[in-house]
Amino acid sequence: MKSGRNQRIMLRQTMDKSMKNLFFLATMFALLVLGILIYQVVTQGASWLDWQFLSGKLSLNPERAGILGVIVGTVLLMVVVGPVTMILGVCTAIYLEEYAKKSKLRNFIQVNISNLAGVPSVIFGLLGLAVFSRMFNLGSSILAGGLTMSLLVLPIVVVASQEAIRAVPQYLREASYGMGATKWQTVRRVVLPAALPGILTGFILSLSRAIGETAPLVVLGIPVLIMPIPNSLMSDFTALPIQIYYWTLDAVLVQEYANLAAATIIVLLVILFAMNSLAIFIRNKYQKRY
Amino acid sequence: MNQAVTEHLQNSAVSEGHEIESKPSVIQTKGLDLWYGDSQALYDINMDVQENQVTAIIGPSGCGKSTYIKTLNRMIELNDSVKTKGEIIYRGRNIFSEYSVEELRTQVGMVFQKPNPLPKSIYENVVYGPRVHGIRKKQVLDEIVERSLRGAAIWDEVKDRLHKDAYGLSGGQQQRLCIARTLAFEPEVILMDEPTSALDPISTAKIEELIQQLKTQYTIVIVTHNMQQAARISDKTAFFLNGKLIEFDQTVKIFSNPNDKRTEDYVSGRFG
Repeated sequence: MKSGRNQRIMLRQTMDKSMKNLFFLATMFALLVLGILIYQVVTQGASWLDWQFLSGKLSLNPERAGILGVIVGTVLLMVVVGPVTMILGVCTAIYLEEYAKKSKLRNFIQVNISNLAGVPSVIFGLLGLAVFSRMFNLGSSILAGGLTMSLLVLPIVVVASQEAIRAVPQYLREASYGMGATKWQTVRRVVLPAALPGILTGFILSLSRAIGETAPLVVLGIPVLIMPIPNSLMSDFTALPIQIYYWTLDAVLVQEYANLAAATIIVLLVILFAMNSLAIFIRNKYQKRY
Repeated sequence: MNQAVTEHLQNSAVSEGHEIESKPSVIQTKGLDLWYGDSQALYDINMDVQENQVTAIIGPSGCGKSTYIKTLNRMIELNDSVKTKGEIIYRGRNIFSEYSVEELRTQVGMVFQKPNPLPKSIYENVVYGPRVHGIRKKQVLDEIVERSLRGAAIWDEVKDRLHKDAYGLSGGQQQRLCIARTLAFEPEVILMDEPTSALDPISTAKIEELIQQLKTQYTIVIVTHNMQQAARISDKTAFFLNGKLIEFDQTVKIFSNPNDKRTEDYVSGRFG
C-alpha cells in the first residue's frame, strides 16, 4: 500500500516536470523561429547595409541601389497615418466611453470596431483603391496610401484608447463633475491626461503595424519602377515592406536583389523594435499612480 | 450611547433650543422616488434641509442614504439607469428642470467617501473649480488657494509644498484638501458622503471640528454610518431604512426619544 503510493508520487512528479518542459518548449518555439529569421536575414543582408545603401537612390544595379527614397516614403506615410489615426481614434474612443449611453447602437458600433480589427488588410487595400484612389482621385499617392493605412490601424488606436479611458478611476471623474465641470472640461482636464500613457502606447503600436503592412499598398498599385525620392504627400512612393516584397519577387531575375531585401528587412526590424521599445518604455514609466 | 455624547446632546438642546426651527429651508425634497433601472431605491422622500445647519443622514447599509445625498446635486445621474420622480427645490427652483447640473453643483458642492484628489499638485487641486468656472488671473487664484486651505484648516500643513503632488498627503489631509477644493468655488451647501469612513480617529476628529466651523457659513448635509458622529456634529438627523425616510427630527430627539420604534432600535444598536 505504502510503496504503491510512493510510486504514484514519483509518477506524478515526473508528470509535473514534463508538463513544465512542454510549456517551456511551446514558449521557445516562436522565439526560435524569430531567431532563425533574424540569423538568416543578418547573414544575408548585413554586408550590404552601409551608408551608401541608406543614403542612395533606388537603382536597377544592386551594387548602387539605396533606399533613401523608400525610407522617406515610409516616414511621409507615417506623417499621414499618425495624425489621422490619433485624431479619429481618440475622438471615437472618447465618444464611446464618455458620451454614448449604454444602448443597442453603442453595442453595434463596438462590435463592428472589433470586426474592423479582424478584416484582412487586403480588403482595406481594395477599399482604399475604390474610395481614395478612384473616387477622390488620389491615385497611388502617399496621401491615398496613408489614408488607407489609417483605416486599417484605426481599430487598434480606438480599442487601446478605450481601455486607457476606462481604466481612469470613476472617482476622478466624480471629483471633477462635483466641482461643476462640464463633460468636456472633465474629459480634457482629468480623463485624457490620466489616459494619455495608455493612448500613446496604443498609438505607437498602431504605427508600427502600419509601417510593416504590405498588402494594402500592393492593391493601391504602387508602381514597381525605380521611384524618385518623394517630395510631397501627392507623390507616388514606395515604402519599406513593399520594397522588400518587390526585391524578393525580382530575385529570380537578379540574385543580389535578395540581399537588398534582407538589408531592408534589417532596417525595418530595427525601426519596429525601436518603436515597440518606446511603447513599453512609456507604459512602464507612467504606470498607474492612483 | 456613551455618557459624553448624551451630555453634549442635552447641552445643545438647552443652548439652541427652538431657535433651530426658525431657520429657513434651503433644499426641500417633495415626494422623491428613485429607481436604478427597475428596482426602486427611494420611496416618497419628503424633507427640508435648513440653512447653516448640519443635517445628518443615518441608516444601515443599502438604506438609500448615499443615493439620496447624491441626488441633491444630481451626481446620481452619472449612472445612466437612474430615473427619478418628484421634486427637489433648491432656492425656489426645481433642481431637475430649472438648473443645469453645472450651475447646481457649483452651489451644492460635494465631498466624497474616499478622499479623491486629482493627480495634480495641491495648488492645482484647489484652483480646479475656479479654473473650470473661468477664473484665470494668477493673483486671484493665489488668494483663493490660501483662503480655501485656511478655511479647511490645512493651510499651515501644506503652505510650503503647494506645488507638490497631492498624493503625498496623508488620507486625512487629502480629505481636508478635498474640502478646501470645494470651498474654493464658494458653494452654499456642502454635501458630505461618509467623509470620515476611510480615515483614522484623529483625522476624523479634525474633520468633525472643521464641520462645526464651516456650519457658520455653509449649510451641510452629511451621510454617516457612525451614529456617534451624527449625534456629535448634527443639528437634525434623518433616519433612512430600506429606501424610506422613517424619521426626521432634531438630533436630540432622534437619539433620546424617537417617535418610531425602528429608529429607536437602530440608534440603540439593536440592528444595523
